[in-house]
Amino acid sequence: MEYLTRRGPIKAVDGVSFVIRPGEVLGLAGESGSGKSTIAHAILRILRPPALITGGQVLFSGHDTLEMQDAELEYFRWQSVSIVFQSAMNSLNPVMRVRDQLLDVMQRHGLPAAEANARAEHLFDLVGIDPRRLEAYPHQLSGGMRQRAVIAIALALNPDMLIMDEPTTALDVVVQKDILLQIAVLREKLGFAILFITHDLSLLVEFSTRIAIMYAGEIVEQSPARELFDNPLHPYTLGLMNSFPSISGEKHKLTGIPGSPPDLITAPSGCRFHPRCPRVMPVCSQVNPLTKKISTEHSVACHLY
Amino acid sequence: MVKPMTNIMNPETKPSPQLAAEAQPPSRRGKAVSTQLEFLQRLVTQPKAIIGLVILAIFFLMATFAPLIAPEDPSHYVGRPNEPPSSEHWLGTTGQGQDVFSQLVWGSRISLFIGFSVGALTTMLGLVIGMIAGYLPGVIDGLLNMFTNVFLLIPGLPLLITLASYLPPGMVTIILVLTFTGWAWPARVFRSQVLSLREKDFVSASVISGENIAYIVFMEILPNMLSLVVSSFFGAVTYAIASDAGLAFLGFENVNTISWGTMLYWASNSSALLQEAWWTFLPPGLCIALVSFATTMLIYAMDEVTNPRLRSEKEIVSVLKRYHIASKRATPVVRKPVA
Amino acid sequence: MTQPIHKDKIVLDVRGLTKHFPVGTFLKTQQVHAVEDISFTLKRGQVVALVGESGSGKTTTIRMVARLIPVTQGEIFFNGENILKTEPRQASLAYRRKVQLIFQDPFASLNPVHNIEHHLSRPLIVHKKSSSRAELHDRVCELLETVDLKPAEEIARRYPHQLSGGQRQRIAIARALAVDPEMILADEPISMLDVSIRMGVLNLIGRLKEEHDISFVYITHDLASARYIGDEIMVMYAGHMIEGGHSEEMMSGAKHPYTQLLLSAVPDPHAGLRTRKEFGARGEVPSLINPPPGCPFAARCQKVMDICQQVMPGKVVVMPDHWVRCHLFSAGTSLPEKAL
Repeated sequence: MEYLTRRGPIKAVDGVSFVIRPGEVLGLAGESGSGKSTIAHAILRILRPPALITGGQVLFSGHDTLEMQDAELEYFRWQSVSIVFQSAMNSLNPVMRVRDQLLDVMQRHGLPAAEANARAEHLFDLVGIDPRRLEAYPHQLSGGMRQRAVIAIALALNPDMLIMDEPTTALDVVVQKDILLQIAVLREKLGFAILFITHDLSLLVEFSTRIAIMYAGEIVEQSPARELFDNPLHPYTLGLMNSFPSISGEKHKLTGIPGSPPDLITAPSGCRFHPRCPRVMPVCSQVNPLTKKISTEHSVACHLY
Repeated sequence: MVKPMTNIMNPETKPSPQLAAEAQPPSRRGKAVSTQLEFLQRLVTQPKAIIGLVILAIFFLMATFAPLIAPEDPSHYVGRPNEPPSSEHWLGTTGQGQDVFSQLVWGSRISLFIGFSVGALTTMLGLVIGMIAGYLPGVIDGLLNMFTNVFLLIPGLPLLITLASYLPPGMVTIILVLTFTGWAWPARVFRSQVLSLREKDFVSASVISGENIAYIVFMEILPNMLSLVVSSFFGAVTYAIASDAGLAFLGFENVNTISWGTMLYWASNSSALLQEAWWTFLPPGLCIALVSFATTMLIYAMDEVTNPRLRSEKEIVSVLKRYHIASKRATPVVRKPVA
Repeated sequence: MTQPIHKDKIVLDVRGLTKHFPVGTFLKTQQVHAVEDISFTLKRGQVVALVGESGSGKTTTIRMVARLIPVTQGEIFFNGENILKTEPRQASLAYRRKVQLIFQDPFASLNPVHNIEHHLSRPLIVHKKSSSRAELHDRVCELLETVDLKPAEEIARRYPHQLSGGQRQRIAIARALAVDPEMILADEPISMLDVSIRMGVLNLIGRLKEEHDISFVYITHDLASARYIGDEIMVMYAGHMIEGGHSEEMMSGAKHPYTQLLLSAVPDPHAGLRTRKEFGARGEVPSLINPPPGCPFAARCQKVMDICQQVMPGKVVVMPDHWVRCHLFSAGTSLPEKAL
């Protein structure tokens, strides 16, 4: 996936492949410039020009969204896959009552009004808001409730998969925990899969089935959550883990990773992480490593393996 | 249209690595380029800015080199009244038998001088009052604000006419009168800009560093208002030139001095329309319009340079054209590698 | 990161600090109780972490200590001197030299029209720390190297928009260091940085504390980083300080229900998957406008008692270096505030 600029195309996402099985949670972790948010938008094809998808497939139950026309996409969006963004205030229309926004989605996809209304109340119940709050305007709700409302809208048509792009980053840690628990409960009840995008790795280990680590537009490591934590392979993953102080256990010095995420216009040659890698070798600056499978579920893109 | 998604489609929520509309692209060539220099560079390469600057340059040259271009005294009677343009008189003669071209060239001096000096004065006065009101909270701000509002509410043209007819006619009067009625608007604009800049962290950081108010206002806040000041200036120039022409046309200025506005006055006095002597009023009118056009072009150009949204939209359109991609709702998919 | 405190000298002593903001129209003004009765001390060479969610009043508190906003009530003692009495209207230049502030947003705290050299020389000029241009330049480069920004010459020439977030934050730290301060107030210095560079900046702060003997007040909403760098932790909620003490002690033995709630909510990969159903305490932070009397956490507290909604609990020392404001620990009625 590329962005076209006057200075030439920027490869924002390069050769990213992953699989999400029904009911699974895939956590996508990365920092700024890693391309994680871009992927989320690309799946639904809601990126605006100058963004351009230049290759690959997004197969949903066998159908490639990249080949879909506008009409098919409209059906696909929200019915099969829906998305929750970081800032609820950006997703909610400030001059419409929340009820109307919910109804809008459902009616657009063909639900008759009476059914839609009943479903709206059911949805609010599911996400843990008093259905009487349906009459409220977004600014009358607190931050946590707004995010729950957005989740309710996302679940309106019972999608097979939910993409969550940093859904709790702007919220207090207590509210965050609350909402994540709620999502876990909903997932058990309704059975949807989740693509959970965040920069907070410690959150993912608790919450996801599998985790993929992104750096500068590429996936550098993919593995089941627990295994990633017990056995991280890629130096970047190790560095990331070394960036989160913990509230329990022994206190030792953490170093993070020196340097900063690269500017994609002047991306480093070979492996994009090599300027910051503590275990860099000569080959790393010349050749971009391919993804290797270390075990059935764990793959990594690094010359060390 | 699914309403909640309208905002989602908003480019602001689009993730863009390093292409963030707000950030200026870092100069990776290693050379440190100041924000102001970069701003000027971008500005003068805008097509709108170029048009505006070229037009203004032509008029300035015309005014400066008037003695060379039209050596005759423009108030001399050189021919029969209302003669159409000829090789002798390029733009014909006025209703009084004066050379129109000569008047146009010499008149530009007065018109431009009035326009730009009023522009400068209103901008400076507006800056002083706006910045004081914006930075000093409480009573001072309240008083200055009320003062500004009074001036904004008074209808402009009647005030102009009243003042102009009461005071002795002359260029200084006009400049004073136009400044008197024109400073309130820039003052209001600058005040709100200062109010918002004052809350910025880097201003608080300067306070923490121990800087005094004068330094903060002039060295921290003012440089960030550069583009606003320049656009205000050009806006004021437009206002001044048009108002000056209006006042002169209505006869409230010293009609014996020669400016584009007085040319219009005399033209209407000599029933130029009835006489079908278009060369007596069209050229000065056109000049006034052209100068206003040029300043407006400069303001638009500045808007484009400073407003990142406009900038990125232009970039997007031009880039898409180059790759022959139609702009539809869904993200376009192109299989071939993009050159 | 616990260091034996070699000098027990108290650098900052805040007592009963309160801030009320008027809000509303001319006809109906109400008061926002942003900060209510905050007291804490900071010793030389120590880091005190002020922990609280957004809206808890921690930023407002620190801005009052930095003398950016006026104080509604309360006293600030700096090195034993009652600052609000000796310099009531404006902070003196001497105070500004000794007390510095680092802002949360690295993109907003540097003026985009000035280059780095300008940013770092200004405090030196204002506080007359250098006599010649050459000396000024040397000092600027020295500062850049102290915060690990190399090559110093090149960076000094750049403009803020040409640097990354982590670099800008280091510049902000360098600017604070320029005047040789005794105390630096850091307002969430790493929360807007990329995850992998946060520790670098935090370690820098730790190093400065040790090498230059600077005391820090570190504000954050993240308990984990508070524990990492803080010698002591104070927890704030809805404008009140509700618990405080030695950081390790707080982590293992937090007493206040809110602190316990916070601790259970922090994602901890070491602890494995948890689904705390007894997690309880729904609801969100109460409004700060004309708050009701009593403990601000009463509406959400699982162990709430009648008295909690009537009287604000006083400070009770439950262990050496550990106090809490909660009726569960004050015997019966609230006790008068105990000076440390």
